[in-house]
Amino acid sequence: MEQKGNVLLQMRHIDKHFPGVVALLDVDFTLRQGEIHALMGENGAGKSTLIKVLTGVEEFEKGKITLEGTRGSFINRSPQEAQERGISTVYQEVNLCENLSVAENIFIGREPKKNGMIDWKQINRKSEELLNRLDIHIDVTKALENYSIALQQMVAIARAVDISAKVLILDEPTSSLDELEVEKLFDLMRKLKNEGMGIVFVTHFLEQVYEVCDRITVLRNGELVGEFEIDKLPRVQLVAKMMGKDFDDLAKIKHNKEKNNEKEEQLIVEAKQIEHIGTIKSFSMNIHSHEVVGLAGLLGSGRSELARALYGADKPDSGMLKFNGEVIKVHAPIDAMKAGMGYLPENRKEEGIFADVSVRENIMIALQVKKGLFKLYTKKEQEEFTDRYIDVLKIKTADRETPVKQLSGGNQQKVILGRWLLTNPDFLILDEPTRGIDVGTKTEIQKLVLKLASEGKAIMFISSEIEEMLRTCVKMIVLRDREMVGTLNENELSQENIMEMIAGGEEHE
Amino acid sequence: MSKTLRTHIKKITEMKLFLPILSLLLVLIINVIKTPNFFNITITNGVFYGYIIDIINRSSELVILAVGMTLVVAASGGADISVGAVSAVSGAVIIFILGGGETSTDFYHAPYILGIAAAAFVGGLCGVWNGFLVAKMKIQPMVATLILFTAGRGIAQLITGGQILYLRVDHYKGLGGFIPGVPLPSPVFVAILVVALTYLLLKKTPIGLYIESVGINAKASRLVGLNPVFIQFLSYVYSGLCAGIAGLIITSRVYSIDANNAGLNMELDAILAVALGGNKLSGGKFSLIGSVIGAITIQTLTTTLYAMKVSADQLPVYKAIVVVIIVALQSVELKRMVQNLRAKFLTNTTKKEAV
Repeated sequence: MEQKGNVLLQMRHIDKHFPGVVALLDVDFTLRQGEIHALMGENGAGKSTLIKVLTGVEEFEKGKITLEGTRGSFINRSPQEAQERGISTVYQEVNLCENLSVAENIFIGREPKKNGMIDWKQINRKSEELLNRLDIHIDVTKALENYSIALQQMVAIARAVDISAKVLILDEPTSSLDELEVEKLFDLMRKLKNEGMGIVFVTHFLEQVYEVCDRITVLRNGELVGEFEIDKLPRVQLVAKMMGKDFDDLAKIKHNKEKNNEKEEQLIVEAKQIEHIGTIKSFSMNIHSHEVVGLAGLLGSGRSELARALYGADKPDSGMLKFNGEVIKVHAPIDAMKAGMGYLPENRKEEGIFADVSVRENIMIALQVKKGLFKLYTKKEQEEFTDRYIDVLKIKTADRETPVKQLSGGNQQKVILGRWLLTNPDFLILDEPTRGIDVGTKTEIQKLVLKLASEGKAIMFISSEIEEMLRTCVKMIVLRDREMVGTLNENELSQENIMEMIAGGEEHE
Repeated sequence: MSKTLRTHIKKITEMKLFLPILSLLLVLIINVIKTPNFFNITITNGVFYGYIIDIINRSSELVILAVGMTLVVAASGGADISVGAVSAVSGAVIIFILGGGETSTDFYHAPYILGIAAAAFVGGLCGVWNGFLVAKMKIQPMVATLILFTAGRGIAQLITGGQILYLRVDHYKGLGGFIPGVPLPSPVFVAILVVALTYLLLKKTPIGLYIESVGINAKASRLVGLNPVFIQFLSYVYSGLCAGIAGLIITSRVYSIDANNAGLNMELDAILAVALGGNKLSGGKFSLIGSVIGAITIQTLTTTLYAMKVSADQLPVYKAIVVVIIVALQSVELKRMVQNLRAKFLTNTTKKEAV
C-alpha cells in the first residue's frame, strides 16, 4: 500500500429522495489523492445516485460536498460545472463522436485557434503528446470508430484528464471489455493514480476490485455500510456487506432439489423437430412437471431462439408441439399463453416492461389479455392480484400505481415474474431472469424457481452463468451454433461436462 | 398552516391534467378581462346564445377529431394527418348521396340514415387504408397518412364534380345548428356522445391499457399476447370514423360541401389538441380528457381572437404565439432550465454578499 494521500473530495451526510423512495440517507464518501476507490453495492444501493449527485446530474436535499483546493462546500448544477471543478466522469457507453478523429474528439468544444481558425496542427500534436504520456500509441488523425471500445474508452479518459480532472469517475467501464483490454485500462488507471489523481471505480466485478483498488466504500439500500481498506476486507465479507446477510442459501437450495425428485412427474412439453429457419435448427425435447431444465450455450448459440420458437415469439417454420398431451398450433405468443405457457424475455427493457405504466398494469396485462377484451377485471380484483404479488415477491415499490420505470432493475424483473405467475402457467420460460440483478434478488429468484418446480410447474431456465443453472436445474440442454447438441441428465451435470459439450469435440449423444 | 397549503398546492400542480386545465383557464381569464360580457349567456327564441356556447359549439368537430387522434398517437407514436381531408371526403359522400348528386336541392334523395351510415363507412374505410399502411406495411404514420392528406381532397372533388353541392333541407341543417325545442346546438351533443362512448370503451374494457402497452413497447406487448399490428390498425380505423362523423357535422353546419375548405387545417389543430392535453406525441400513456380540454382551449383561443376583432388572415400568428406560451408552460425541459437559472442566480448573489 502506498502512503495515505491527502483528502481530495469529501461528501458528508448526503440525503436524496426519489418519489416514495429514499435513494441516499446520510451517506459519507471520502476520496484521497492517488487512490483508486471502489464504490460497491447491489442494484438500487445508491451507487449511481451518489455519482449523479456528485456530478450535478441529480440534485440532493441535504449534505455537503467539499473539494481540495476549493473554498467551502459547493453544489454542482450540471456535469459541465462538475467538470470545471475538476470532476470528470467516463461512462460505460463512450460518449464521443465515432466518426470524428481521435484528436478532434479530445479537443472538441475547446479547439485551439490560430488567426480565428482551428489550429489542426496543434490539435494533432497535443493529442499525440497527451496520449503518449498515458502510454496510448495510436494514430490520432484516424476516426475513433477504427479503434476498439477499450481504446475509445481510454481516449475518453485522456480527454477527461486533459480537461484538468482531479477526480475521475469510471462508471462500469469494464462491462464491455475483454480481459486483455481490462488489463490495459487498469494500467492506465494505475498510471493516473501515481500522478496523484483520485479515481472512483464503480463496478460489479469483484475480482477487478481486488486487482486494482486501494479502498472500498460499500452502500446498501441508500445507506453507507462502511469504508474499508482493500486488504482488510476478504471477498466473502465484502459480499456479505453488500447483501447484508450471510450466505447460507446454497445449502437450502440443494436440499429443495432433492425433494423434487420424489414427486410424480407428468409430461408437459413434447417438442418434435421444431425449427425456425435462420435462428434455430430442428430440435426435439420433453419437459416434465416438477422439472427445471436449463439451456446452456455460448452467446448466440440459439438458447433464446429455441425458447422463442417454443413460445411462438418467432413462429416456427416446421415441427410439432404437444402441450399437456394435446397438439397445439402456436402462431403467436397468445396461443402459447392460452395453452398454459409464460415467457420472461431476455431483455427486460426492450421486451419486458411497459415503462410508463403502473406496477399494477404491468402485472395485470398478461392475465387480462388471456381473459379477453370484453372481460375487464374489476378495480378491486386488480388491486388484490397486484398486492398479492407485490407481497409474495417482495417487490419494493412506493405504491401499486407507481410507474414501473421508477423501480430498480431487480424489482422490475420481479414485476414481470409476477405478471406470469398470475397467469398460473404450467410451463414457464425464464430467459436470463437474473441478469443485471443484484445478488440478493438473484438468490431470491433462484429459490422461487425451485419452489415453483416443487409445486409442479415445468420450467425452462436460461442463463449465461452455468453455476447458477447447476444450482437450479435437474437437466441441461446444450446448444452450439444454433443447434441443440445434447442433453445432460442430473447425474452427468457438472461444470466440466457442460463446458466440454458447449465447446464441441466428443459427441455426448 | 402554510406548510399544508404548500403540500396542497404541490398535489394539485402534480396532477396530470393540471397544465391543460391551467392553459384553458388562462385563455378564459384573458377573455374576461378583454371582453367583460364573455361569460354572458342570453336566451333568444328558446335557444342559448353567448361566447361560451359558441365555443363549445364550434369546438365539437375538433373534439371529435382529437379523440381519434389521441388513440392514434398513443398506439403508434405518430399522427394521422389525413383527418381533415377524410372529413371532406365523407362530407362529399353524404351530400352526394342525400342530394342525389345535384348541385342544389331542397329534398332528400335518399334516407337520412343512409347518409350517416355512408359518412361512418367512408371515414372508417379511409381509416382502414391508413391503418393498413401504418400497422401492416410499417410505413411512417406521417408519410402513410400524407397519401390521403393530399389525395383526399381530390377524391372529394371527384365526387362533387368540382362544385360546391348544396343540400337545403331544414332537417339536414339540424345536426349542424339547432334541433327545434333543444336550447343547445346539436354538434355539442354529437361531441359529447363520441367522447362518452370512447370514454366508456376505455373504462369498461382493457383496450386503453392495450393501446398504451403497444405504444410504449410494441415488442413486449406481443409477448404478453397482444397483436400490436391489429391494435394500431384499430386506432387508425377509429380515427377515420371520427373524421367521418366530423365531416357530417361540418357539412350540416353549412348544408353544403366545399371539398376545398371542409375541415381544412383541422388535422393540425387536432394534433395540437392532443399535445396541449399533456399527451406525449411519441405515444404510450394518454389522457382522453386532456385532449378534449386541449381541443376546447384551441377553439376558445380562436373565438377569443375573433372577439378581439383580429382578422382571419392574422389569426394564425396570434394563435402561434399563444400556443408557444402554452407549450412552453408544459415543457419539462424549460422548467429545469428556469430552476437552474434561479439556482445560479441565488448562488451568485450569496457569493457577492460573501465578498
